[in-house]
Amino acid sequence: MLFSMNAIVPLACVTAAALAAMVAEAFRTPGERMPIAPLGLIGLVAAGIATVLLWGHGYVSFNVVAGDDFGLFVTGVLVVIGLLTIAFSPATIEREQLPAGEYYALTLFAIAGMILMAQATDLLVIFLALEVLSLSVYVLTGIRRDSRAASEASFKYFLLGAFSSAFFLYGIALTYALTGSTHLDRVGQLIAGHTFGSGAMETFAVGLLAVGFAFKVSAVPFHMWAPDAYEGAPPVVTGFMATGVKAAAFAAFVRVFMSAFGPLSAIWVPVLWGLAVATMILGTVVGVMQTNVKRLLAYSSIAHAGYLLVGMVSANAVGRAAVLFYLLAYGVTNVGAFGVLALLESKDRPNDELRDLAGLWNVRPGLAALMTVFLLSLGGFPPLAGFIGKWFIFTAAIQSGYYGLAIIGVLTSVVSVFFYLRIVVMMYMTEPEPGRAPLSAPIVPRLAGAALGLATIVVFYLGILPTQLIDLATQSVARIF
Amino acid sequence: MPDQILFYLLGGLAVVASVLVIGQRNPIHSVLLLIASFAGLSGLYVLLQAPFVAVIQIIIYAGAIMVLFLFVVMLLNVGREDTDVDEQSPVFVHRVSMRVGALLAGLLVVELVWALASAGTLGGVFGPMSQAPPAVTSVRTIGHALFTDYAFAFEVTSILILVAMVGAVVLARREAK
Repeated sequence: MLFSMNAIVPLACVTAAALAAMVAEAFRTPGERMPIAPLGLIGLVAAGIATVLLWGHGYVSFNVVAGDDFGLFVTGVLVVIGLLTIAFSPATIEREQLPAGEYYALTLFAIAGMILMAQATDLLVIFLALEVLSLSVYVLTGIRRDSRAASEASFKYFLLGAFSSAFFLYGIALTYALTGSTHLDRVGQLIAGHTFGSGAMETFAVGLLAVGFAFKVSAVPFHMWAPDAYEGAPPVVTGFMATGVKAAAFAAFVRVFMSAFGPLSAIWVPVLWGLAVATMILGTVVGVMQTNVKRLLAYSSIAHAGYLLVGMVSANAVGRAAVLFYLLAYGVTNVGAFGVLALLESKDRPNDELRDLAGLWNVRPGLAALMTVFLLSLGGFPPLAGFIGKWFIFTAAIQSGYYGLAIIGVLTSVVSVFFYLRIVVMMYMTEPEPGRAPLSAPIVPRLAGAALGLATIVVFYLGILPTQLIDLATQSVARIF
Repeated sequence: MPDQILFYLLGGLAVVASVLVIGQRNPIHSVLLLIASFAGLSGLYVLLQAPFVAVIQIIIYAGAIMVLFLFVVMLLNVGREDTDVDEQSPVFVHRVSMRVGALLAGLLVVELVWALASAGTLGGVFGPMSQAPPAVTSVRTIGHALFTDYAFAFEVTSILILVAMVGAVVLARREAK
């Protein structure tokens, strides 16, 4: 193992950008406009370039940060999510008069935490990364301080998040008690070399870690915080939360459970199987009943966590690659959908009720068309990214013999199409209610327009020519597990 | 011999201070007495050759946590403990809480007696307890581990604290307008 600092370069780029944003804000005179968003974009692009350059080298820094292809793939996904999020943010900041420096600094710190979580190979560092990203996201959720809903959402998220951190930490403590180490490689070796069976201590360790992760990926029954937090946060932040946090948490989830706790799969596979089924079904069924678009997308993101869990339960090479591919497809699509919602928001009303979208086609055909693309991709229509992602996941499940999971997955996807199409129908075929003021045509800033265009291109590209990325995903899991 | 004298002095300080903590009407006095109790415990740790735990005890408990307690007590502006509620509540509730308290206290006594009686033979989770070499808990060893094996985690912690600070400022600061 070569000691080198290379593996932390993407992380360092994003952290530096976050610090730069803070310093810039400190030197800003009140009322002065400062291009803080470009600072973030530069940091993220640098991180992206570093990720590409590091690909395939397998550097390890400080013995705890792995620059392996698995971590780098997720880092790439996170960089894309971060770029889109920052590109959508200026409109929201302007409208809500949010503190720009702090907003970008916290967003970038959250991305740094996510990248670290995807790359860390030590439970202790994973926990620290989890806390960095969670703390940033709690604050971002409540950053609209004059909104009661935002404060409530932030507080709920914070309290439940603190609980889940405690679970996670206790799981780490038990793992340490069991193996005398928190390093995943060492834990894996000791567990593999030892016939622990399924004693109480390892069951508890695995179970507590699973609870911690399940909370962060909002798997049922640990999803309670998600709809409220997603509804209360500004749409840009919601999109960021629903994708970035999930991607980072799933990366660590896969790494911890499939490398270190792989030999104990007899304990955790049934548990995750149950979580996956409950998550897919509840997310879809409750989603059908929502009338608020943000809540609806919140339940949709819960259901998507269920599909990702199916990929994990399959526990084969295809399943792991499918999880990676799905994270990218789902991440880009969902950030795009929330980006459109963020642009539709106006100062006097959030425009996030289903009926607010009525007649969007007449006012803003472009936004309506893009929203349709994202929603159909979330629903898994060909030839869009979501379709390939789901197909890939269910293939993995069938290859491992989990026919039941695959069938439930397909059925819930079909049901979920109903609520995605409901939004589409609303946008195209429904007239605005007579008593309600019609949707004002929002101004789309150039940066946000470019980001929407990029997201759409990626969604189509992944849907039509997925082979290249599927190969990349397959390669990146092949080398480490 | 001086060790034993010190043990009884420090142990006595901890016990007496703890008893006084629950006997105070003024919450601020309780908090201050609790600090005295922690100081006694910290001295006991030094006698047990665990200087690191002793220092941590002072820094974290007597320092950070007690300051937090004091702040809360002062912010809530609780001058004296209000006992009216207890006296007004129905006798039944009073009795039940007394009984539960007595039961728990009894359990604690039984547990303590059992633990002390079998102290010599008792084994830990990882086999019988052995005399751990004092070097393991020394500040030097912990510092060494912290700045070599855990150097990266240590640095990440600084980012974590920075994020917490920024977050607290964002959520708590007063509007400029």
